Amino acid sequence: MTGAVITGIGATEFSKDSGRSTMQLAAEACRAAILDAGLQPRDIDGMVTFTVDGNDELQLMRSLGVEEITWWSRTPGGGVGACATVQHAVAAVTSGLARSVLVYRAFNERSQYRFGQPHARPTGPAPLDWYFNFGINTPAKMYALWFRRYMHAYGATNEDFGRYTVSARRYAATNPKAWFFERPITLDDHQASRWIVEPVLRLYDCCQESDGGVALVVTRADRTTDVDAPVAIRAVADARHPDASITANYYYDDLARYPEAAQCAQLLFDRSGLTPADIDVAEIYENFSPLVFLVLEAYGFCGPGEAAGFIADGNLDIDGALPTNTHGGLLGEAYIHGINSIQEGVRQVRGTAVNQVADVEHCLVSSLNSGLVLGRV
Amino acid sequence: MTEPTDVRRASQDDQFFWDAAAEGRLVIQRCADCGTLRHPPAPMCGACGSVRWDTADSSGRGRIVSWISSQHPNRPDEEPRVVILVELDEGTRLVSDLLDPADDGPYDDLPVAVEFRDDRGTLTPYFRLRS
Repeated sequence: MTGAVITGIGATEFSKDSGRSTMQLAAEACRAAILDAGLQPRDIDGMVTFTVDGNDELQLMRSLGVEEITWWSRTPGGGVGACATVQHAVAAVTSGLARSVLVYRAFNERSQYRFGQPHARPTGPAPLDWYFNFGINTPAKMYALWFRRYMHAYGATNEDFGRYTVSARRYAATNPKAWFFERPITLDDHQASRWIVEPVLRLYDCCQESDGGVALVVTRADRTTDVDAPVAIRAVADARHPDASITANYYYDDLARYPEAAQCAQLLFDRSGLTPADIDVAEIYENFSPLVFLVLEAYGFCGPGEAAGFIADGNLDIDGALPTNTHGGLLGEAYIHGINSIQEGVRQVRGTAVNQVADVEHCLVSSLNSGLVLGRV
Repeated sequence: MTEPTDVRRASQDDQFFWDAAAEGRLVIQRCADCGTLRHPPAPMCGACGSVRWDTADSSGRGRIVSWISSQHPNRPDEEPRVVILVELDEGTRLVSDLLDPADDGPYDDLPVAVEFRDDRGTLTPYFRLRS
């Protein structure tokens, strides 16, 4: 146990055209999370988001009516740090540097800015120039150049990736908040979708571009009130290695593996005393479907190169060994850079998910290099 | 048409690479104290902490570790191209493009050799399959 809990979750609707500013989305999601925690804005004294979030902390405080912040931080690497935000919040509340920390992420990445489109200038650090000028100018291409090695090493095919997508879209089809609510697909649909990056990613392997906001409230376990529904943060971890300058890392000895996720997994299991067999449900960040394969193997849910068979055997289904991305994932629900997957993890432990897994004791949330394990208080 | 990605913002830490490229040389940054090679360039050696460095001339030969076809469906590249991750014989890796690919692949593990071509005014290292 970390000694910290998530007491509140809140979100806007997920859409392709929110019709309002990202600051309004952030404020709406945050206020909903604060009220869900049984708190008022004046009770918040810490804020954490991702480095790429466009919402200024002070402006958000003003909109929310938060009076004083004594802790704030941002985690690097975009969605890589979705779960790392919770680690920062846990550090703040367990050290006494803050009492109640708001974690948030909000954007219009479809209606105002096409996150997945090629961009003329790298918006990140200068090292991106080593890739952009040669054609690696979208997230899909960045990641596909990593995933291709996995396909070659283990004989995984795009059709294998499609079986994951079919699973995610099945969950999304029964989640009213999901963009792809009531729109499941077949493997044939997947294979008929157009190539985005040949020979790795088809359209249905890619997450969405979404508008929306999600927020969480983290506090110390002994500060919970009667009205909230606390979920224990059993463990949280973040593992970064050098050279991942475009988040996908082209410099591992073996590109068909994911050592940062493996290290994160080791930290989570060491810190929680749990094993992969103790995980009842998993919410795994998938900007693109092959990432699920690499993460399943990094966490030891199956062996290297075995994810295709693991998925084909139905293990990710609601009654399978490891129900995964029960909200529909970032492919099916929305791409709020993985923070919506933390929210789904909270719902699974509370027992309030629309695709509820039976008797959830422990939920893993993985966001690339960071992750957390949620459990009952 | 895609917008030009004309953004070669050489910094104090990597200007040497493009200076050498302008002479048709592929170089790798090398720690002057412990000899460790590194790419992309960095101001300090992560192995020993030295800020002293020189360069090693690469053989320009390597193999393809990974590759993709880069052809965006609704905002195409100026020309479709095969992007490759090359591991040089010296051990460092870099991203580049494959010149004149004869077929649709696969290109995994195939040997390549460097060939410099002009890219919007900058002599740039690309690679070609070799037998």
